[in-house]
Amino acid sequence: MSDREPILKARNLVKRYGRVTAIDHADFDLYPGEILAVIGDNGAGKSSLIKAVSGAVVPDSGEIWLEGKKVTFYNPIEAREAGIETVYQTLAMSPALSIADNMFMGREIRREGFLGKYLRMLDKKKMEDFARQKLSDLGLMTIQNINQAVETLSGGQRQGVAVARAAAFGSKVIILDEPTAALGVKESRRVLELIMDVKSRGIPIILISHNMPHVFEVADRIHVHRLGKRLTVVDPKKCTMSDAVAYMTGAKDPDPSQQAA
Amino acid sequence: MSDADNYEASTRGGKSDAQAEFEYEEKGLLGRIHSILHHSPALVPLIVLVLAVIVFGLLNANFWRVATLSLIFQQIGIVGILGIAQSLVILTAGIDLSVGAMAVLSSVIMGQFTFRYGIPPSAAIVIGLAAGTAMGALNGVLVAKLRIPPFITTLGTWQIFLAANYIYSANETIRSQELDAEAPVLKFWGSTFEVFDARVTYGVVLLLVLVAIMAYILRHTAWGRHVYAVGDDEEAAQLSGVNRSRQLIQVYALAGFFCAIAGWVMIGRFGSVSPSASTGQLGNIQAITAVVIGGISLFGGRGTIVGMFLGALIVGAFEMGLRLAGADAQWTYLLIGVLIIAAVAVDQWIRKASA
Ligand SMILES: Nc1ncnc2c1ncn2[C@@H]1O[C@H](COP(=O)(O)OP(=O)(O)OP(=O)(O)O)[C@@H](O)[C@H]1O
Ligand SMILES: [Mg+2]
Repeated sequence: MSDREPILKARNLVKRYGRVTAIDHADFDLYPGEILAVIGDNGAGKSSLIKAVSGAVVPDSGEIWLEGKKVTFYNPIEAREAGIETVYQTLAMSPALSIADNMFMGREIRREGFLGKYLRMLDKKKMEDFARQKLSDLGLMTIQNINQAVETLSGGQRQGVAVARAAAFGSKVIILDEPTAALGVKESRRVLELIMDVKSRGIPIILISHNMPHVFEVADRIHVHRLGKRLTVVDPKKCTMSDAVAYMTGAKDPDPSQQAA
Repeated sequence: MSDADNYEASTRGGKSDAQAEFEYEEKGLLGRIHSILHHSPALVPLIVLVLAVIVFGLLNANFWRVATLSLIFQQIGIVGILGIAQSLVILTAGIDLSVGAMAVLSSVIMGQFTFRYGIPPSAAIVIGLAAGTAMGALNGVLVAKLRIPPFITTLGTWQIFLAANYIYSANETIRSQELDAEAPVLKFWGSTFEVFDARVTYGVVLLLVLVAIMAYILRHTAWGRHVYAVGDDEEAAQLSGVNRSRQLIQVYALAGFFCAIAGWVMIGRFGSVSPSASTGQLGNIQAITAVVIGGISLFGGRGTIVGMFLGALIVGAFEMGLRLAGADAQWTYLLIGVLIIAAVAVDQWIRKASA
């Protein structure tokens, strides 16, 4: 692994909220084409870490590189334009707006010709067709109407829409913060398949999850986050689930032989 | 669907059969109404308006004359335009108490720049529109950047703009004759043309055009969708690619621009430029009334400009209808009060995701 350059790299990130240090000199590496799981206790700072690399949070200090180039994102739009797509733990969807509206928020498609160019008219049909296609790819065709308000969807369906949105638009890195937390067995399976599918397209994924079987099933490497920083990165083939849990809870110190290359 | 089937099957043969089915039917109907209203909240004011027009017409047939209806439109001309401004802000989950003050100050700027400094009236109008936009933008910056709650921000700027208006104008009214002689363009929106047996002002036409334009922008452009997104869930909008503070500043600035247009229309409607026009004090409440009765949610993210327009028409119809019916003017206020509360109650019900 050391011969490869990380596609996304962070060093010494710090983010404080008053007296709480959410990110405490954390390092982070994501390599091309891999699935990196991030695990850690509640409040360990996983969401804060990925928010720092997705532009949702501007770190107090520390540096981030994307494809070897130093980057500073002041908002999620900048990260998104750089090709980093994120499913936030809170899903970040507007409940009163439709599925299609939500999928294209901030990257709407306009009509061709005069209507689009001068009257800035949206091409609703094109966006709806695209959204419908992406949802059916994810096996979410139980959603009857693409113009349905997101608030009328179940928690799992909402999560599905958020994942579909990220998978559809992410070109360099896709970040999923607990994407299966609200999903049933079948839907979780779909998301895992989607993750493998995205990986086969060569796009690396950061997967935050508390579900160890899922993590061990799909991850190439597992980043263990503890007390605001990276404790270790383990190789799921060399490490058992109970060891991983012991590291993240602090019950056990990491074993160098289980470290990912 | 399958739940309901099971439920019916499980109660079949029991004594409660009839009642259970009745309850199911009723819930189905209510649920259907709920989902229709959820989708098009402007239907409520539309129904109220149609009923009002029927009832007032039955009370006094004069109500149905084209001249009367055209008068109603004229009377809501200014409130309607202020209502557009207010709708934009309320859709972002804000509120703008300064709309009336921005309108009056803009109209005073248009008048004073023409008469005090001898600037051509059309240039003074442009300056007045720019001033209104700047006032709105100031509200927007305070709300978006300094994160002062909209209510407090505009409570403050309402007083500031209104006081500035009196100080700057030295409380001096520019009279109709002076306007006619030197700057008739300031009164343009008050001039009329004939339709059937009624005289219609250009101000009414302007209101209709502005409503149509804003309805289009909110529904069919990305900018419009972002207004809803910011009002719906500001945090989510920001995370999913909307520049929250830029959007808010633009919304407040556009609201200021519409208020300045209302200020220009006021000159034509009142026939003079008056710093003490009642709009400065009451414009905000009148606009909020139209917005609320029109089914726009004060919690943001829900409702339409067309709804607001219908809300303004309802207020106008009640005022006119009750006057024609010979009722005490207080009845108007009483009924408007009832409508406001009813509209918010309906909104609370509609906002529940599922009935
Ligand atoms: N906006 C904020 N303001 C104040 N404190 C915050 C904020 N965001 C996060 N924190 C704090 O930072 C710490 C890390 O939170 P974070 O959400 O990153 O944890 P997490 O690892 O994602 O937890 P979980 O598994 O529960 O999602 C917590 O102590 C939290 O209270
Ligand atoms: Mg989290």
